[in-house]
Amino acid sequence: MEMVGGTRLAQIFTDNQTDLLAEWITQQHAVASRRGLVGEAELRNQFSQFISLLLAALAASDNVDFKKSNWQEVRAFLADMSGQRARQGFSPVETAMFVFSLKQPLVVRLRQHLVTEPAVLADLTWTVSSLFDELGLYTTEVFQASREQVIVRQQQELLELSTPVVQLWDGILALPLIGTLDSARTQVVMENLLQKIVETGAAISIIDITGVPTVDTLVAQHLLKTVAAARLMGADCIISGIRPQIAQTIVHLGVNLSNVTTKATLAAAFVVALQRTGKSVLVAGAQDNASRSGAAGMHDSSLPE
Amino acid sequence: MERIPILTMGKLLLVTIQVDMHDRLALTLQDDLTSRIVKDGANGVLIDISSLDVVDSFIGRMIGNTAAMASVLDAQTVVVGMQPSVAITLVELGLTLSGVRTALNVEKGMALLTGGGAR
Amino acid sequence: MITFDPSAAYAASSPAETLPIRSDEQIVRLRQFVREKAVAQGLSLIDQTKFVTAASELARNTLIYGGGGDVHCTLVERNGRRGLKLDFVDSGPGIPDIARALSDGYTSGSGLGLGLGGAKRLCDEFDIRSAPGEGTYVSITKWKPF
Repeated sequence: MEMVGGTRLAQIFTDNQTDLLAEWITQQHAVASRRGLVGEAELRNQFSQFISLLLAALAASDNVDFKKSNWQEVRAFLADMSGQRARQGFSPVETAMFVFSLKQPLVVRLRQHLVTEPAVLADLTWTVSSLFDELGLYTTEVFQASREQVIVRQQQELLELSTPVVQLWDGILALPLIGTLDSARTQVVMENLLQKIVETGAAISIIDITGVPTVDTLVAQHLLKTVAAARLMGADCIISGIRPQIAQTIVHLGVNLSNVTTKATLAAAFVVALQRTGKSVLVAGAQDNASRSGAAGMHDSSLPE
Repeated sequence: MERIPILTMGKLLLVTIQVDMHDRLALTLQDDLTSRIVKDGANGVLIDISSLDVVDSFIGRMIGNTAAMASVLDAQTVVVGMQPSVAITLVELGLTLSGVRTALNVEKGMALLTGGGAR
Repeated sequence: MITFDPSAAYAASSPAETLPIRSDEQIVRLRQFVREKAVAQGLSLIDQTKFVTAASELARNTLIYGGGGDVHCTLVERNGRRGLKLDFVDSGPGIPDIARALSDGYTSGSGLGLGLGGAKRLCDEFDIRSAPGEGTYVSITKWKPF
């Protein structure tokens, strides 16, 4: 059923704005002060702001459609308020009550003013009811979203702590991944690696997944995409630390690793990386080389002997 | 008519693409490069795309075609400086640019073209 | 005839801005425009690049297969999240087999596919309506995560 009567509603409520405000505040204040979190002056301010935005939106069009752009300011206000409540520690229900508790005073006013117009009363009551349902649901959705935001931010902070990119040698980076990888985390980590490759000019990166308990299709795909991206840029990747279980999972999932060098351990990958960058490790005191390159150290096989 | 400048360094051609090219400009560059390879007897082409923050399938194909044509003319092509977000996007698009050699920067690209030892 | 209905945009937080796509230069102009809007909406660099690239692919389709058309850009909002929506409209020949057009990727190597599958993968939401003789409408949306 369509919601109509916006302009009529705006008219009725504007005439009663002060009373509505007073009744509404009385109801909400009890809840808010129990929490001790929102002062009365602030509450009063929020309420009058909300009511004026609401009335403006209603007056703008007789057809009441919460999705239209004339409701944008109301949405923005509710989003702000809800986000704020979420951060202050209110429950989702308490936050939604900000909106729902205005319903009763409004409907009471409608009954008073439209006692001689039962058909209009029915229509407008429906409109108020549906509209407030939508407003209330919207605040709840934003509330949830804000909570998620906090969680995501915390996750990212943990992420930064737990996945540093390490430079093993000139031109060789290592990315030891620890813990479970979800799609979002893997993406961020991989973007970070590619950025480091550009910054350090590293020809080879070793992605070590020893510390990753399970790998699903999405994560495997992200790993492969990262290798593909690195290659497009002119670098290469080796994946190391593939445990037997993960090897099984990868085969069962049908993931194709034939173009990617994989090694069981980071150490083995490091040796390969060294070879590819034209270096190798010598044991100190080896007779032929001690005089040329000093004691234990890197022998650069690309230099002329 | 605007053109992207092509520099010469010995037997190498160097192109730095610094503008967001419209399709016709990209095709003109492709033509200019192939003409110059023949005219200068160049055996290598270095294309620097480090300034490009967007490479879509058209530009991608143009790069691929240029490399293929250069190869037919016995010249090697190396594309350098691809930005990470561009690389990730091309992978998502499914554009593999197989047959195009790439390097992280001009220095490495030159090393590839001149067959030098530094890696 | 498929047309763009601005009121159908979910929770538009601004009226749509329209750009013509009738020349190569206008495709470049569109890329720059979308980049600006994406930056303004706070999308990450990678998300910006993906969305600008998708826009470029679709704009080229509009120009080459659709014979020219328009793109409507809307800033959108949902549950407190900000996003960017682009609607490409042309009154060209239309796409006879949409499913096939979506599955054609550049990995096939032909380079002649419409690039729709690729553009779809780069965006969060993708909608297409087209029929022979009725033109084509493609809509893409990218959201800023938190």
